[in-house]
Amino acid sequence: MRKAYSSLSRRNDNRNFMSRFVKFVLFLAALLPLARLVWLGFHGGLGANPIEFITHSTGDWTLIFLLVTLSITPLRRLSRQYWLISYRRMLGLFAFFYGCLHLMTYVWLDKFFDAHEMLHDIAKRKFITAGMTAFTLMIPLALTSTKWSIRKLGKRWQTLHRLIYLSAAAGVIHYLWLVKADLKKPLEYAFVLGTLLLYRVVVWFIARTRVDRESRTAVPTAG
Amino acid sequence: MLIKRAVDIRSSEITPKSLYLNRRKFLAGAALAGAAAAVGLEVNDIVAPSASVLAGNKIDGIKKSSFSTTETITPYKDVTHYNNYYEFSTEKDEPAELAKNFRTHPWKVKIDGAVEKKQELDVDTIIKMAPPEERIYRHRCVEGWSIVVPWVGFSLSELIKRVNPTSKAKFVEFTTLMDLGQMPGQRRPVLEWPYVEGLRMDEAMNPLALLCFGMYGEDLPNQDGAPLRIVVPWKYGFKCAKAIVRMHFTEKQPNNSWNLSAPQEYGFYANVNPNVDHPRWSQAKERRLGEFSKRPTLMFNGYGDQVASLYSGMDLKKNF
Repeated sequence: MRKAYSSLSRRNDNRNFMSRFVKFVLFLAALLPLARLVWLGFHGGLGANPIEFITHSTGDWTLIFLLVTLSITPLRRLSRQYWLISYRRMLGLFAFFYGCLHLMTYVWLDKFFDAHEMLHDIAKRKFITAGMTAFTLMIPLALTSTKWSIRKLGKRWQTLHRLIYLSAAAGVIHYLWLVKADLKKPLEYAFVLGTLLLYRVVVWFIARTRVDRESRTAVPTAG
Repeated sequence: MLIKRAVDIRSSEITPKSLYLNRRKFLAGAALAGAAAAVGLEVNDIVAPSASVLAGNKIDGIKKSSFSTTETITPYKDVTHYNNYYEFSTEKDEPAELAKNFRTHPWKVKIDGAVEKKQELDVDTIIKMAPPEERIYRHRCVEGWSIVVPWVGFSLSELIKRVNPTSKAKFVEFTTLMDLGQMPGQRRPVLEWPYVEGLRMDEAMNPLALLCFGMYGEDLPNQDGAPLRIVVPWKYGFKCAKAIVRMHFTEKQPNNSWNLSAPQEYGFYANVNPNVDHPRWSQAKERRLGEFSKRPTLMFNGYGDQVASLYSGMDLKKNF
């Protein structure tokens, strides 16, 4: 008994250690886009218009992290690798992190903290409105990402966190509306997001028809 | 501390290395870079760098021009690696590589439409029509960035005078080469190919409008529009057609490519105007490449004295 128990706990320890290790590696990997910007910055690699480069790069990585976060649920269900869920929060927070950097390049390097000009932009420029919407919707998600909030909010937490769908959609629209003529890159993001959202619609639809069928077959026995 | 280096940069040192210093300075003292640029403005002796060979052949006998600005010239590397040249790519850093083997010789330019002397001219013949001048112009992109470039060429009017436009010639239409083999960007329907731009006759005859075949004292690099382009410094950059194969004189206003692509965003005139915003962004300010702060955009890009009269009585909000 005692021996079996200790081997089980050791296995749990191992799994715990592995999980933490993977999380740590993932954390470092998620910082690579930022590290790359810093490295390029000090080695003359940001091109002729460094601020534009930084703006585009941080925007891209915000969208990428949003999409990676949204792919966790389909991935873990389809591959039955349910442990993947333990990395979702960190990925989502990295989306928020790069979103903050992206917003900072706009607020600081593009508008130089000119509040009047920014408000004007938000009201008048559709793509800025969409970008601001995407960012604003991420704020409550980041704030309620703690274990305490999850426990406190209960079922409502999940409902609240569905805002990520809107945030990602607003982010992709922000990109679609800002390009001059070449829609290729924003459409790639739109395609991936569309696929990820479609998965959810399909899952929801299947679940609903199953409930329907079960309730229909349940009728005669009840009668 | 690092900021002071900006003063050291002379045109003769416009090399990748100085650019790297620029970049380091940029990040190290980002907040103060604007001040450095202000100091840089005093460097008046920036002319065509004769000491260093940059890309191609040096052009002999270049005259200076009173139209030139004394503002700091943008580094050669930036002007050759930050190109909106959709025939090659929609990414600005790609034309430099993709246009490397672009064939600019032999090159013919067709002159047709409402002219007495319809003909096909060899680019080498065109280049010899008038003595080359260096025109250091501000160049403002519709996207909100700007550069200062020492172009080489002569007034477009020199060519137009020689082909005798008829009274029906109200506009000139410029067509860029169409060549899917050499210009991979044309395989994608991002714009309607070939690229077409146009000027009203009086705009084309204005001495500022430049027929351009060189920059920084040398032949024009392929990614900057070789072998022949126009430069219209009071208009947004997209008006400056590159790799021109045809000049068509016509009675009706040409349909320029960007106008066809998004008529509510890009007009025919496209004069630089800080008071008329692009529907999606403000045109009040611009970022000069290499500078940290944005600077105010000038009406007609600062060339109002020469060109404002062309548009007197016109509603520039409507004719954007």
